[in-house]
Order: sequence, then structure tokens, then C-alpha cells
Amino acid sequence: MMNLKVNGHDHQIDAEPDTPLLYVLREDLKLNAAKFGCGLGQCGSCTVIVDGKAVLSCVTPLLLLEGKQVTTLEGLGTISTPAPIQRAFMEEQAAQCGYCIAGMMMRAQALLQRNPKPTDAQIRAELEPHLCRCGTHMRILRAVHRAAHLMDTAELSPATPGSAR
Amino acid sequence: MTKPRFLASIAAGLLIGGVAAAFAVVWRPAISAIEPPVPQSFDTALVKRGRDLAAIGNCNDCHTLRGGKAFAGGLPVPTPFGTIYSSNITPDPDTGIGRWSEAAFRRAMRSGIDRAGQHLYPTFPYDHFTNVTDEDDRALYAFLMTRPAVHAPARANELSFPLNQRFVVAGWKLLFLRRETYQPDSAQSAEWNRGAYLVEGLAHCGACHTPRNALGAERTSAPFSGGDVDNWHAYAINARSPSPVPWDTEALFSYLRQGWHPDHGVARGPMAEVVSNLSSVQASDVHAVAVYMTSVFGPPTPDRLRQARDLRMQIKSPQGRSSQTNTAGASIYAAACATCHDIDRPPPYGGVNLGLTTAISAPDPRNAANIVLSGIRPVEGERSPIMPGFASSMTDQQIAALLSYLRARFSNQPAWANIEKAVQDARRTETVYLQTSPGPHNAPADLMQRDKP
Repeated sequence: MMNLKVNGHDHQIDAEPDTPLLYVLREDLKLNAAKFGCGLGQCGSCTVIVDGKAVLSCVTPLLLLEGKQVTTLEGLGTISTPAPIQRAFMEEQAAQCGYCIAGMMMRAQALLQRNPKPTDAQIRAELEPHLCRCGTHMRILRAVHRAAHLMDTAELSPATPGSAR
Repeated sequence: MTKPRFLASIAAGLLIGGVAAAFAVVWRPAISAIEPPVPQSFDTALVKRGRDLAAIGNCNDCHTLRGGKAFAGGLPVPTPFGTIYSSNITPDPDTGIGRWSEAAFRRAMRSGIDRAGQHLYPTFPYDHFTNVTDEDDRALYAFLMTRPAVHAPARANELSFPLNQRFVVAGWKLLFLRRETYQPDSAQSAEWNRGAYLVEGLAHCGACHTPRNALGAERTSAPFSGGDVDNWHAYAINARSPSPVPWDTEALFSYLRQGWHPDHGVARGPMAEVVSNLSSVQASDVHAVAVYMTSVFGPPTPDRLRQARDLRMQIKSPQGRSSQTNTAGASIYAAACATCHDIDRPPPYGGVNLGLTTAISAPDPRNAANIVLSGIRPVEGERSPIMPGFASSMTDQQIAALLSYLRARFSNQPAWANIEKAVQDARRTETVYLQTSPGPHNAPADLMQRDKP
């Protein structure tokens, strides 16, 4: 049994220490935003945030998460009150099939927490490990810029719903 | 003449003689500035040859800032003596070499003196470039003088006294610069000689792979015995090579050409730049380098061949050697590494078996730590290896546990000491590296220049 903190909640997980975090999220906790793409850490679709940093959950064994905070896309906002990053991706229609988008959003979120006003080049460099076959790359770029703007204005009015951090 | 006065005049004579001798050692005349030659004045075939030679010389690696304009210099080169910034070698008349004649360029290559007569620091490897022929210097000059001129003033070096005085370099040269050029060995094949000329000269392999003495000169008594560059270990590439499987000519050729080999691993760090350049030159030159280096490695001993054979058998039917008490390392390996490194899929899409990779059998864990932290970026547009970095998901302690497990399981070498310290250092330097390099750069020059010089 291991305690795993996900989206602010503690969970008692009964799994081997070498179980990938992705399996625990999807199968035990039924949090299905993070996707299984390649299972090799090469496509980015399983990306979640661990202690503020983007991490590939398919190659992250459970034992590395002792005492750490895991955030998945579900932890950022809900359908009724989406987080700025989610709103921005919807408003820019940045998803086509959508399989890569949860991972893209999580790495973009980690970037924006660290650097609230990234340049185009910084966003491109940051999202380089993520593959998208549909080709919505330009919309994804615009969405990250939009999210940066939304977060900036959200901070001025903290009562705005979905001002997740 | 009284005795004291006699002694005084001897002292004065010695002093004057000494000053004159020092002056002769240190002082070099300026070579007159020229009007920058127009690019059209250079023969296109010569420029093209110069382009390949510049790639073999890896010139762009030091003379181009990551993400910056080609050959405009400014790259900080950390040395044990301080930081030296590379110079602008574009034909800009004010900040580059636009006003350098070919003779001035050749003098810089051969004896490390700039056009104005100043001594250049030996981070510029003229101790190797003395071996470059006049014809090749002419081609390099033609190539560089036809690049786009970039206005980029030199950055001041960060050296302390007395090393910030360039005349000190004259003393260094007196001790360490051998000015003879490469002489072919008639007992060897033409290809071997071509390889030797390139390796010892323009390609300056020893600059990284040969250990340096306290004054920063290559130890000529231990050529190719392994050296240090940035926070990487440049492996021994002679009989002391730590590679579990001995290198042969074809493996070397394929590695230098494509950047990886299934029996050895992937070129990373500074070597990635080298193979990126070598992938763009004539195959015959790379093959010549491989032929010469095979003779530097020397024929493998029967013992090493037997070990390599055993290793291959063991990889085919893995068992043994895994009974360890390092459960954290084993679990991390199982979940984070084995999915790529312990499957049947061959490289580059599958990972190299860690029993074969030199990093795990190397004398220290630096390279392995670097690679676990930052992973391997795929080369744009190429079928090339890829590996995610684990800097965000593993602590130094966890990476140390993993590395110690890998060392025990995949090599027959003694355990590494101070792994955690090595991981800390790797994380610190890698952070700096990531901050100063907005993107990977692997184009040796403007590739368009290749067909249209």
C-alpha cells in the first residue's frame, strides 16, 4: 500500500512499486485524461504535472512519487468551470482528434506556471517532446498564448471561476 | 674596470639579451589588412571543398552560438583557467576576418597568431591545425570568406592575471606547440594516411580524447587515452577503450556517419555535433578516419574478444547478474528503462542494450548521469534514437540508485564511487546548458550552401 496524492486528494494504492503512474491513474483512479500513446516516453500524450514539473507518467514508476503532488488535467478545471488553459484550447479549437491534447495542455500549464509570458520559440521548444498527427500545431501555439493572457487577466480578478493554479 | 661594475655590465647584458630573446619569442608582426575579397573571386569547387573540410574540423561547433548566426563566435568555452569566448570567423571587416589575407589565415591555423600579431589561446586547436596542408587552408579560407558576414564583436575572455596577458601564450607554445606538419607513413595504405592526416590535423580528435596536463596541453605520452570536455568524459579511443565490444572499422564508420551503433550506443553531448558534421561530408573521408582509428585502437586481445562473445550470448538469453539488493534501482529500471532497453526491438527505435553501451562500463558515471537527466533528442528529419529525460521525475538520489544498479547489472567493472555527486554536477551543468541553448542545432552550415556555394 502506498499513499499517492493526486489533484489534492490522498489515495491508498495497492500496486507494485514499479507500476507506471499512468496505469494507476487510468485503471485505479479512473482519471482518463492522461492517455496511453507509446508507453515509451516518446509521444507525450501521458504527460501530467508532478510538483510543478511536466512528467511522462508512462515511464514514471509509482515509487518515485512518494510524498509528491500529482496533478492531472482533471485537477485543473471542470466542464462547467474550465481552467484558463482548457478554455484557451477550446476557444482556439486546438484539438482535432484530441488524443495528444491533454498532454500538451499539461506541459503548457507547467510552462506557464514557471514562465507566465513565454515567447513563441519557448513554447515550441517546450512542446517539442509532444507528437500530434492531426497537425493542429499552429492552433496549439495560439492556445498557449491565449492561456497566458487569460491567466494574466484572471489574476487581476481572483473571483473569476476556473482560475486554477 | 672594477669588479662590481664588471658584474653590473654582465647583468645588464643578460637583461638586454633576455628581453631581446623574450621579444623574439613573443612578438609577431601584424599582417597588412586587405580589402575584403568579393565572394565571386573564389573558385566554387574550392569553396565546396572548404565546406566539407570545415565540417570535418567541426568549426561551427565552437564558432557558432546555439541558435545564433553561423560562425559568428561568442560561444563560452569553459576551461580550468577561465572562460574563453570563441571568435567571429565570418568575413565581417570589423568584427570578423574580412580583412585577413589568406597568409594571415594560414598563420592563425598554423601558429595561433591573429592578423594583428596577437597570440591566440590554444582553445583554438592550432596544435592540431599545424598539420593542415596549404591547399586545405586555402579551401577553408575560401569557404569562410564566402559565408554571410555577421557583425558580432568579440566578447572579453574571463581569465585572471597573468593568463589574461596574451604573451603568456608564447611561452606555452614554446613548451607544447610542435610546428612540424603531418608526414605520411609509406608503410601504411593511402586510406590510412588520409585518416591519420584528418584525425591528427583538422578533425583534432585528440583535443577531447587525449588527457591534458596541468598547463592544458595534450599529454603526448598518452594519446587518445580519454579526456574531459564540458561535463562529459571523452572515452579512451585506444587500447584502453571501455567499450564492452571492441570497435572495428565498419562499426566506427557507421557510428561516425549515423551517430549510433547497435553494439556501442549513441553519440551524445559534444560528440553528437561531431557526427552531425561527419554525416554531411564525403563517405570516403569518414571511412579513412575509421581505418586510422582502428589501428589506434589496436587489435583486440583474445580476452576482450571472448568477453564480447560471452556478452552477446548473455544478451540473447538474459539471466544471472540481476540478483541484487538494490530494489529501488531495479524497480526504476523495470518501469522507466526496460520498456525500451530490454526488448527485442533493435535501435534506433528500441534502446541499446545497456550491457553494450559504453556509458555503463565507463570509468565514471558522468555521461550516464547526463543522459538519464536530459535524454536524447531525435535528429530532425532523420531516423534516429530518442530517449526521454528524467530530470523532472527523479531526484539525484533516485538517479544514483538507478545508476548503481545499472553498473552492477550491466558491466563487469567495479562499482562507481560518488555517484550522487556526479548526478548533482550533471544536473547543475545541464541546467546551464538548457538555459543557454534555446534549441538544438545540428546543421553544419547552411546546407543550401552545399550545392550553391
